[in-house]
Amino acid sequence: MAAHSHEEHTHAQRVSFYAKTLWVLMVLLVVTVWAGFLKLPDWLGIAVALTIAVTKATIVIMNFMHVRFSSKLAWLFAGAGFFWLIIMFAFAFADYASRHWEPVQGW
Amino acid sequence: MATITAQTGTERINYLNVRTTVASWLLTLDHKRIGILYLLGITLFFFLGSLAAAAIRLELATPKGDLMTSDTYNKMFTIHGVLMIFFFLIPSIPASFGNFVLPMMIGARDVAFPRLNLLSWYFYMIGGVLATIALLKGGIDTGWTFYTPYSSAFAKGEVSLAIVGVFLVGFSSIFTGINFLVTIHKMRAPGMTWFRLPLFVWAMYATSLIQVLGTPVVAITLLLVAVERTFGIGIFDPNRGGDPILFQHLFWFYSHPAVYIMILPGMGVISEVIATFSRRRVFGYHFVAFSSLAIAIIGFLVWGHHMFSTGQSIYAGIVFSFLTFLVAIPSAIKTFNWMATIWKGRVHWEAPMIYALGFLGLFVIGGLTGLHLASLATNVHLTDTYFVVAHFHYVMVGGAIMAYMAALHYWWPKMTGRMYPQSWAKLAALMVFVGFNLTFFPQFILGYMGMPRRYHSYPEEWWALNLLSSAGASILGLGYLLPAIYLVWSLKYGRIAEKNPWGARGLEWEVVDTLPHPHNFERTPIVTRPAYDYAHPEEPTAIFPAPRPAYVGGGGKDG
Ligand SMILES: [Cu+2]
Repeated sequence: MAAHSHEEHTHAQRVSFYAKTLWVLMVLLVVTVWAGFLKLPDWLGIAVALTIAVTKATIVIMNFMHVRFSSKLAWLFAGAGFFWLIIMFAFAFADYASRHWEPVQGW
Repeated sequence: MATITAQTGTERINYLNVRTTVASWLLTLDHKRIGILYLLGITLFFFLGSLAAAAIRLELATPKGDLMTSDTYNKMFTIHGVLMIFFFLIPSIPASFGNFVLPMMIGARDVAFPRLNLLSWYFYMIGGVLATIALLKGGIDTGWTFYTPYSSAFAKGEVSLAIVGVFLVGFSSIFTGINFLVTIHKMRAPGMTWFRLPLFVWAMYATSLIQVLGTPVVAITLLLVAVERTFGIGIFDPNRGGDPILFQHLFWFYSHPAVYIMILPGMGVISEVIATFSRRRVFGYHFVAFSSLAIAIIGFLVWGHHMFSTGQSIYAGIVFSFLTFLVAIPSAIKTFNWMATIWKGRVHWEAPMIYALGFLGLFVIGGLTGLHLASLATNVHLTDTYFVVAHFHYVMVGGAIMAYMAALHYWWPKMTGRMYPQSWAKLAALMVFVGFNLTFFPQFILGYMGMPRRYHSYPEEWWALNLLSSAGASILGLGYLLPAIYLVWSLKYGRIAEKNPWGARGLEWEVVDTLPHPHNFERTPIVTRPAYDYAHPEEPTAIFPAPRPAYVGGGGKDG
């Protein structure tokens, strides 16, 4: 019951809000494709692509997935997802970064 | 389902008799019925997986590969692994007993998202059917781990179809996890504070965290294997610039924590059963509760212990080895606290307790042999030997399935309204314990002597131990068949169960009827006591204040 009245409250701004979000995502999509055709050096190309991707993901999570309007608890869980992603990358890259360290010949 | 007539002769409305059509089951939103549907599904896949296990042990009864070709053998252990891990162990306790009792335990009428709950069952069944089709239609021989580059570049057969099946069951697992997290946060009855929760609920909370945080990774990783097979993009294939070890990182990022998806709910069951049959509050309640969370979190930091000898950096190996040792701490905390609970308790030797004691014995061996594998030096010797096979069967079969059997015998009267014959149940528990040890203890020795896993023939010297293992497996098989017989028998002929046949504390026993009402509670209980309050038998766990006129027919504040 409580949830229903809350939804009605935000209904007026709803359609235009989602439409705007969609347009921003579409523009970022075009930017992604455009950046893909630029002859950037490898590291810069990756940096640009990841920046745009993170921006898009943030917009989707905040607006479409309603985290922006949600309780602290929802923020905590959304944050936990990203923290776990960091764990995955950190430990996996720790392996790749230290593979060449072997001090003993033939290991 | 048997129709159950209450002793008074007048049938009370319960979740079974409220509607009896097939459609009322297939479209049900009742968490209890969905729990039963899951129970039927996992029993089916357990049976299919067991048949493959029987074929494996039959082949290994003699040193020569005389029963099947090596190709067929590879397919057999893949069928066994895929079905048992993804379609039995992962959903076994959470989706069946978790669904059935968790809402009752916290004083809720259902889970937070009943439709999502039903959808998860359909994802599970469709995934299971697809995987079974893949396994039967020519089969797959990658092992349940789907290691690249074999799975992505070389393996013939229906690898992609099996992956789609596992992908779907992964999402069913995520749905269950989300549902329980929200349910535990939002739907506890008034007065049911976090530290009044039964420890099964704490364990399910920790399990759900793993399901939600880990499963998406394995789902996408397996999908990438299917994409690489189909479109030839280079993610894992070194010929196309990919890295096969990347697959192992991503796969084990989920699949090590997945071990805790299997064992944490079991630990929750053991806490319930030991408290009930020792008539005592679980010793060190807070430690047991937080050790579940600790296992869930530390469990995500140890996956590299599966990769010590597959090309991972030795420095990463050192870190992963150290972190793996840390997991032993919360597991030991639980074990010692259970022992302390029994030590000062008045133990009742009913069937669920026998299973729980079996769990303690087998899980300790499974856990401690994990430390041999976590040590870098011994790991090199033991990698891919039968020592590993024995170790994880002690954890997953000796731990998780023992707990599953304990749960089945503990909540059976609540689910079916019937009692099963205690002496047969105790005999079955004993047969499982003995048969299990006969099957898997020799495998520790075989592995230590160097017998590799996943081969269908072996030198004559290892015959005796393998024969012992196969003989033990037949006792184990009978130990699982026996409950299937007397539990089905009890549906029709079993004694009618009382509301609280074990004399247990907790809302599902004290408040909910023998066969639960479709909504569990006709009025919302107000919880006034902590879990396991055996020290105060005169105080009920929950009270129902007389409704005041203002509340009658009102919107209610539950939810
Ligand atoms: Cu592991």
